Amino acid sequence: MPAGASALEMVLTGDPGLYSIVGLSLYVSLSAVALAAIVGFPLGAFLALVRFPGRGPLVVVINAFMGLPPVVVGLAVFLLLSRSGPLGFLGILFTPRAMIFAQALLVLPIIVALARQTIEDLWAEYRDELTAMGIGPAGRVATLLWDGRFSLVTTLLAGFGRAAAEVGTVMIVGGNIDGFTRMMTTAIALETSKGDLPLAIGLGLVLITLVIGVNAIAWGVRRVGELRAG
Amino acid sequence: MHGNFSDLPIEFAGASVRAGGVAILDRISLVIAPGAPTLLIGPNGSGKSTLIRLGMGLIAASEGRVLWGGRTSADGARCAMVFQRPVMLRRTAAANIDYALASTGVSRRARPKRIEQLLADVGLQALADRPARRLSGGEQQRLALARARARDPEVLFLDEPTASLDPAATKAVEDIVRATAAAGVKIVMATHDLGQARRLAGDIVFLVRGRVVEHAPAERFFTSPSTSEAAAFVRGDLVI
Amino acid sequence: MLNRRLIFAATLVLAGGINGAALAQDKSIVVSSTTSTTDSGLFGHILPLFKQKTGIDVKVVSQGTGQALDTGRRGDSDAVFVHAKAQEEKFVAEGFGVKRFPVMYNDFILIGPKSDPAGVKGGKDITAALKTIKEKGAAFISRGDKSGTHTAELNLWKAAGIDIAKDKGDWYKEIGQGMGAALNTASASNGYVLSDRGTWLNFKNRGELDVIVEGDRRLFNQYGVILVNPEKHPHVKKELSQAFIDWLVSPEGQKAIADYKVNGQQLFFPNAGAPGA
Repeated sequence: MPAGASALEMVLTGDPGLYSIVGLSLYVSLSAVALAAIVGFPLGAFLALVRFPGRGPLVVVINAFMGLPPVVVGLAVFLLLSRSGPLGFLGILFTPRAMIFAQALLVLPIIVALARQTIEDLWAEYRDELTAMGIGPAGRVATLLWDGRFSLVTTLLAGFGRAAAEVGTVMIVGGNIDGFTRMMTTAIALETSKGDLPLAIGLGLVLITLVIGVNAIAWGVRRVGELRAG
Repeated sequence: MHGNFSDLPIEFAGASVRAGGVAILDRISLVIAPGAPTLLIGPNGSGKSTLIRLGMGLIAASEGRVLWGGRTSADGARCAMVFQRPVMLRRTAAANIDYALASTGVSRRARPKRIEQLLADVGLQALADRPARRLSGGEQQRLALARARARDPEVLFLDEPTASLDPAATKAVEDIVRATAAAGVKIVMATHDLGQARRLAGDIVFLVRGRVVEHAPAERFFTSPSTSEAAAFVRGDLVI
Repeated sequence: MLNRRLIFAATLVLAGGINGAALAQDKSIVVSSTTSTTDSGLFGHILPLFKQKTGIDVKVVSQGTGQALDTGRRGDSDAVFVHAKAQEEKFVAEGFGVKRFPVMYNDFILIGPKSDPAGVKGGKDITAALKTIKEKGAAFISRGDKSGTHTAELNLWKAAGIDIAKDKGDWYKEIGQGMGAALNTASASNGYVLSDRGTWLNFKNRGELDVIVEGDRRLFNQYGVILVNPEKHPHVKKELSQAFIDWLVSPEGQKAIADYKVNGQQLFFPNAGAPGA
């Protein structure tokens, strides 16, 4: 990033450094949320529909994990992916893949917990009707996920908000490598440490604008979807 | 999908349903045989809904048993149900039917034609692409009927389907019920509307406090009930 | 059934990602280095020159010296480029590194508020200045993060005859963060702080801060680069990393380092091959 440039200037002049950072931020955080959703939605549905011993404590733990400290998740994933760690042979530490993986772990409890709540509420409404129609367990999960899709969008947004805003995991497992693993939040941390507070704040505003943009798109999709499918 | 066996008659053999020590259904012995609609009547809390849920296999008997065509399980039975307040899936009217068709294994290719027919049967073809949850109460009930019929049932249970509908919507539902019965589907329907029971019933099951007080052909039930409670109920007295 | 399909898809996504990452890494190495080299902008200047010549991407993870060495020790970087000679020699002696190459030096400077509450401004004797700061109890910000700069600071206290672990009081604040954060803290609390010159020259949030003491030979800060031992970590990209090290100590690399200036000031002084460096 050119020294002395303001964030506004960089946005207006299409600074390639800024745009690659923005692109990476979106790519990593959206991928992480997608990955967490692929695993977390069925898991949340499972927790909502199936009663088994230890389910209560598990739900409490997952709810608590919504507030996992990013640094701790980052450190755990770092130790896992480090060459000296159990998954070191993958060689993905300090890459965007590692950041996606770490953020997905961070976001997973949010997705599972909120999806469980949404689906449990929906299940209370649908139980008799689906049972009367003879729908099996897999069909129930699919139906509830699909019919809960508009509420589940909010779940995704909560996950995205958390991923896009955090610096702890991506700093540790990504390494903040210029042009490769530098994201909005780690760039902001770096500019702060360089004492360029106006640029840091400017980048912060860009990040907030991005998050608002993603939320606005999701809201629009939800509105249109609800109008068309109720 | 459907076996060659019949689910009829549905036989309740000393079946009770208890919740927290209270008997909601008390040793019901009843045979639901093929033929004209069976109407369950009785005051609120007499156990009509529970009897329907038991017959549908949604709940299990605490005592006694229920037999479907001689089998002890309702699994795979060709029963469908319409609830008092049916849950509309969050999709279009047509997609609600499509869902029910898919659940009984109708091939994707065969569905569009069936959907069209089923919607036409209940007079909703113009609303096929509307979100189901935006339909009026009467339309939703008709869609629920079409959805239940999509399962090609041998027995159709209805739990007070017109309880919250106005007369015009009630008539539309009754017409569909009548047509469904005429098509050979056994109707088992709960109602607290005596007029409706008169209009539709082949036979009447009269329930009070979880017990079958009288089971008789409709004409005999309304003209010469054999129990004093039934006589009082038919007269319009309060039966508690 | 649905669950199994989704889990399968997730596995595919992960596996695909891993393959992609492996491919993307082909002509690149990871160097763990100190915040001072990155924050000062040196890498931004020399790495493009190296890439142009060799086509090798150098990915720099900037950490404190202690952490950077640890990253190398764990095998997570191919080379370390840090400034704490004793720790570097230990790293090599323990077999984690192959050989230490001195590359360049810069110098530390004592930064403090213009008002200079301890009255040490303009002196050339860093140990005398530290003694006075301690006697007057003027605010002092320490990195406290086992970085090269932190190590240098601790050595200077020792040289001043002060056992800082025992003698520190309210005036001595260990923040456990990087150089920039330490400067930000000093700026906000009008404290003294030991900084490398490069970070200081690039630092923008100076407030009332200024250079208080500079030029003492004991403030010189030697950088070395070490290849992580491939015998310990077979995946280390030996040839590519050695090419980077060879370039750094070559006349061409040394000139690139000398050419990097901020506001007309040279930050790093190449001294590869200098005896005892």
